[in-house]
Parts: sequence; structure tokens; C-alpha cells
Amino acid sequence: MGTKVNLISGRTTVQGRNLDSKMSEEYFEEVARCDLNKVDMEKLGVAADESVKVRTSYGEVIVKAKEAAGTPEGIAFIPMGPWANALVSGDTHGAGMPVYKGIDAEIEKTGDKVLHVKELMQTYM
Amino acid sequence: MVEVTDVVCSLCGCVCDDITVEVEDNKVTKVKKGACSVGKSKIMGHNRIKSPAIRVNGELKDCSYDEAIKKAAEILAASRRPLLYGWSSTVCEADKVGVELAEELGAVIDNTASVCHGPSVLAIQDVGLPSCTLGEVKNRADLIIYWGANPAEAHANHMKRYSYVSKGFWTEEGKKAKKLVIVDVRATKTSKMADVFLQLEQGKDYLVFSALRAILYGHEEVVPDEVGGVSKKDLLETAEMMKGAKFGATFFGMGVTHTGARQNNIVNAIQMTRAAHTHTKFTITPMRGHYNVAGINQVCTWETGFPFAVDLTRGYAWYNPGELSATDLLIRQECDAALIIASDPGAHFPGESIKHLAKIPVIQIDPFPNPTTEFADVVFPVAVSGVEAEGNVYRMDNIPIRLRKLIDSEYPEDEEILKRILDEVRAIKEKEDK
Repeated sequence: MGTKVNLISGRTTVQGRNLDSKMSEEYFEEVARCDLNKVDMEKLGVAADESVKVRTSYGEVIVKAKEAAGTPEGIAFIPMGPWANALVSGDTHGAGMPVYKGIDAEIEKTGDKVLHVKELMQTYM
Repeated sequence: MVEVTDVVCSLCGCVCDDITVEVEDNKVTKVKKGACSVGKSKIMGHNRIKSPAIRVNGELKDCSYDEAIKKAAEILAASRRPLLYGWSSTVCEADKVGVELAEELGAVIDNTASVCHGPSVLAIQDVGLPSCTLGEVKNRADLIIYWGANPAEAHANHMKRYSYVSKGFWTEEGKKAKKLVIVDVRATKTSKMADVFLQLEQGKDYLVFSALRAILYGHEEVVPDEVGGVSKKDLLETAEMMKGAKFGATFFGMGVTHTGARQNNIVNAIQMTRAAHTHTKFTITPMRGHYNVAGINQVCTWETGFPFAVDLTRGYAWYNPGELSATDLLIRQECDAALIIASDPGAHFPGESIKHLAKIPVIQIDPFPNPTTEFADVVFPVAVSGVEAEGNVYRMDNIPIRLRKLIDSEYPEDEEILKRILDEVRAIKEKEDK
């Protein structure tokens, strides 16, 4: 069993710079990652750039962990993009808008590799 | 080399219009000033889709525009429930043709508002929006609140051009004479600049709006010692700043539209603004993302009566976002073909919705390859609006601004591709009628 976290997503400068360049290495490096508090990193036993598996009721992805002082304990932040959104429900509860932030997730250390964008999209076919 | 001034940026909802670039041999060689790093990256350009293409046996094969137009029109004309989605990173002239195509097909037309500020639109329809232009904020506001937004990263010029850092007619001292309040779950680059940073617990925005409303209406006694992770002391201090401002301006982002309470958050944010009106001037404005998401809301409204999630299958416009947003249509596996333009649901839709999109025929119109291209069946490369094509767009405060063309393109404009698909669809339908 992994550690329970509250998953949110959002924009970053590098993500924005690559909005029209999502197949690039820079986008991959920026967006296929998960910001965690130092305490949560220690709890998981992961160091920066080690892989973690993030799982919700709607999907799971492997991303690289990154320590971020601004992220509070218990919160996992994945920059908006294909990796974050693989974990989101399509149910809008009659509002037209999926719940992209505030998703119950479990996170654990893994030796598995992070899927590249083309490989990730293949999982939908 | 030619220096072009007053270039308009086609990246985010700030639509900065004071950029200077250098152009040589039909190439933008330098962005000299005005643009943020995100906008600069857009203007300088990226890897492009090189040729129109049709997917054959799982692989995209290059073809002519004529062949791609024919194939796209066949897919759409044969579809019983087509979805036309995107429209936010192109110009209003293309959007207008898009609505016409939706009407001709009897399609559902939706735009990226449904995954960014759709809840804001619903709230505004419910309780109105006491807002103003960004020019008013620049010239008058002495208190700026960003709530669930991180402009230092997402709208990097917003503070400099329009709000906290800008200098205007009655704000000539700039940030020295202004206060900045940031409300967010995370400490961010933006929160580092704040006079007051209210770090709330994720998903508790509604409670904090309510607490501030109560204090602004003079009922601080009903507010407990802590609300949503924010101390009463900080709430009282923030309310005093709001009361004492000559002109306050709140900007809110997807931190409030993307959580469980969605449009209810925004209704409460607007009601908080009304509460502030019992003391001073106060406005509220959504931080729109794409440079023309406000524009497709305008075009869709003046053409159909509704801003997004519009069903035209009945012969008249039917609006019901919780049923007709692209995500809803996809999760119910209802649409049987999709045209995606100027957006990237492959990257920005929930995985659960992408599964259906990847199964149905998808037509993509975009200058750049992106995750949507990975499952698109017909692909049209087009000119980049704001660099290679001109046209009208609406800034986040609904001010229309005309994008400029800087260089010639080897690719056609969005509007041309849409018109040709529309003509071909009409030709197919005429033949069927005979």
C-alpha cells in the first residue's frame, strides 16, 4: 500500500513554454513529475528524480519525484498535462467540468520507468 | 532586417500588445522586448506538422490538402453525433466558420472553457460579474488579490502590465503604493511577492470566501478561529485591507474552478466582491488561459446564444454544459466523430475521456504536433495565428484586439481549411439529397 495524498495539478513556466512543443524532451522532463513535500519524500523513501507510481480510482502513472518546499505535506502536485490527467475522472457531476484538483491518490516508490508521451497515448488505443 | 513594433502575443489571455520583434528573410529572428518567456517561445516557433496526413493501417501517411479535405468532410457528413471542439487558440473569424459548420452538420460545439473557466461562465450566468477592463485595474487598483492563480508562472506579464507592478494614471508609484494578497494551496513564485499570503487547505476555498463575506458584512462574530486552514486573524487583516482599498481587484484561476465546488466557488467569490462593495470599489475577473478562449465564448454566444457546450442537432441551439461538454459526451461514448482545432484534448482531457476519443475518427487542425496527433486520423497543418496570420481575438477582460501577421506562411489559415471542409460537407449533402 502506498502513501495517501491529495492530488492537484497546475501550470508552470516550462510547461507553458512547451504548450506548442509537447513532444519535446523539455516538456517531458517538466510535466512527467510530481512535486512532494520533504516529509512525504522521506516517508516514501524516494530521492529527487526517482520514480514513483501515482494511482487513483481512474488510472495510474509513473512520474519522477521532486522535492518542493512550497507544496504542503499530504499534497502531490503534477504539472498539468497527459500524466496528471491520466489520473482524473471524466465524470463532471453535471457541471461540464471534471474535478482536476483534490483527487484521492496513493503514491509509492517504484523501479518502473516513466512512459514517454507517445507510449502514454498508446495506452488509450 | 525589419523591426516590427506593437506585435500582439497569441499565447495566454493577457494578449500583450506591446511586443517588438525582428524579422529577416521571412523569419522572426529575435523577440526584442515585451514578451514573457512563454510568449517569446510561441513567437519564435516550434517544430511543426509538415504535411496534411491521413491515417492508414495505424500510420499517418502524408497526402494533399484536397485529399485531407475530402476525407474530413466524409467523416463528418457520415457522423450521427459529431463533436467540434477547441477553438481557443485561433481567431474569431475561424470560430465563426466553426459554428456554421456545427449548424450544417447538426453537431455539438464545445470549447476549452469547459475544462478551464466553464464553471466561471455558469456562475456569471447565475449572479453576474462586477468586473472591469485590465486598463481600469492598471490605472486605479491599489489592492490586488490573486486567488487560486499563479500568474508569475501562468500569466507572466499580468502583474507587470495590468496589476500589482504596473504604473497607471492614479497608480503612478506602482507596487510601492499597492498591496498584494495571494490565496493558494501551495507556496508559489507569486506568493513570494505577497504582502499577505493566505495558504488554505485544498478544496476549502468556498469556506474562506464565506468567512470574508461575513466579516465584510460586519458579522465577524460568526467566524471561527480558523477557516479552511486560514486563521481568523489573517482573515480579519485581509478584510481590513479590502475595506481600506480605494479600488480592489480580484483575479481567480483554475485553483477555484477545478475543485469539487466548481461554479459554487465562483458564485461565492462574486458574492464576496459584492460584500466588499458595501465599503469600496471592488472588481473580479477570471484569469482566462488561451489567448482567445474569451473570443470563442463571444462568437459562440452571438451565433447561438450560448458560450460553450452547445448542441445544434435539434435545428435550434440547446445548452446544457453538464450533458454537452466534450468531456461528458466522451465519457458517455456518445459522439462518433470529432473535429479538434486549436486545442489538445490528448494532453488536457481526463484519461477516461481520451479513451473514447482515441477510438472514433478524429480530425485535427493545428500548427503543431501534440498528444492529440497520436490518435488523429486526418491532420491539417495550418498557419500560426499571431505570427503567420492575422485576425481578431478577445483578451481575458473581453477587449477585442487584432493579431498581426509578421511573416508569410507556407500553410493555410484555420478559416480557409474550415471553409473548404464546410463546402465539401455541403456538396456531399446535396448529392445525398438528390
